[in-house]
Amino acid sequence: MSRLPSWCPWPFLQGGPASLVLAGLLALTVAPASAADKRSGYQDASPETQAMQDDDAANPGFLWVQQGETLWSGRVGNANRSCADCHGAAPATMRGVAARYPMFDARLGRPITLPQRIQQCRVERQGAAPLASESDALLGLAAYVGLQSRGMPVQVAIDGPAQPSFEAGKALFTTRQGQFNLSCAQCHDGLAGQRLAGSVIPQGQPNGYPEYRLEWQGMGSLERRIRNCLVGVRAEPFAADAPELADLELYLGWRANGLRVETPAVRP
Amino acid sequence: MVRVLISVPKRVKRGEAFDVKLLISHPMESGQRRDDMGQAIPRDIINSFVCTFDGDEVLRADLFPAIAANPFLSFAVVVQESGTLAMTFTDDHGAVQTETASVTVE
Repeated sequence: MSRLPSWCPWPFLQGGPASLVLAGLLALTVAPASAADKRSGYQDASPETQAMQDDDAANPGFLWVQQGETLWSGRVGNANRSCADCHGAAPATMRGVAARYPMFDARLGRPITLPQRIQQCRVERQGAAPLASESDALLGLAAYVGLQSRGMPVQVAIDGPAQPSFEAGKALFTTRQGQFNLSCAQCHDGLAGQRLAGSVIPQGQPNGYPEYRLEWQGMGSLERRIRNCLVGVRAEPFAADAPELADLELYLGWRANGLRVETPAVRP
Repeated sequence: MVRVLISVPKRVKRGEAFDVKLLISHPMESGQRRDDMGQAIPRDIINSFVCTFDGDEVLRADLFPAIAANPFLSFAVVVQESGTLAMTFTDDHGAVQTETASVTVE
C-alpha cells in the first residue's frame, strides 16, 4: 500500500475561514483525560468495524496472527533456535507480556518497544538478520505475542530509570510540531471525542497494536500510526528506530494504563 | 500460496444451516490505481470462488474489483451427512488454491 499518497486528514486546514475556526478551537484549554475518561478507539469505531474486531473469524488481523504462530516455532539464524525453544508455548509464557511494553531496557538505558524486543531476540539470541520494519513477519510475531495479553489491562511502568524517558515522551506529546504547528495533545487530549471533518477524533490510545486499519487495508504498528499523524501535521517523521519514538510510545503506553489490550484491533 | 483462515463449526446438526467463514490474505489490487511514477498498477484480484461439499457444488461466486484487500466471505451451508468442504479460488495470475475443512454431522 506504499504506493498510496500520504493521506492528509485536514485538507481544509490549507487556508480559508475554516482554518480560523479551527485555530480558535485549538486555543481552548488542553486537559489530559483522567483515568475514568480513558476511551479505547474501539468505542469510537462504527458498529460494523467493532463487529469485525469482535469475531476472530472475521478479523483480518488473525491472518497475521496465524503467520506469527508459525514463525514462533520456526528455527532460524546461526543458533538454529526458534522462539518456542526458549520461551515455550506462547499462550502460557507470553501472557501479559505485551501489556507491559514499551519497557525500560536497563542494558540499553532506554525504553524498548515490543517489535524492538523481538528484533533484539532475533539478532542476539537467534543469530539471524533482523526482520524488515513493518514486514508481515515482524507484525505477525508482534500480533501473536500481543494476542496473548488480549483482555488484560495495559500496565506500562514509568518509575525509576524510565522516568527521564517518560518526561521526554510527555514533552514530545505536548510540543507543537510541523507546518500546522500542532501538538499531539491538542487533538488527542483537548479535542478527543469531537469531530475532524466526518471522523471522531480518538484519544489516540495504543492498546490494540499491531492493528488492522481499514484505511491501510493491512496491518501496521504504532510507529506507522505515529508517522501518519506527523505527516498529517506536516512535521518531519521520526526515523524508524529513533529514541524519541520509543519515548513517545512509553508516554502513550502509560497514558493507556488500565485500558484492555485489544491486539489485533480493527480500526477505520 | 496465500494465507487463508477458515471457520467452520466442528460439529453440525443434520439439515440445519451453519455458517462458513473465510478470510483470504490477498491485495485485491483493483487495476485502477497508479504508482508514484504514474504507471498503472495491474489488476490482481481473486476472480472466482467455488465451494463444494464432497464434490457437489454448494456455492459459486464471481468476484470483481470493488472488494477490499483481504476479502472476507461468509455463507450458510446445509448438509445431510458428514463430509468435506473444499473451497477453491482463482486469481488473475491463474493461480488456483484449494482449502478444505471437514464437517461432522451429529
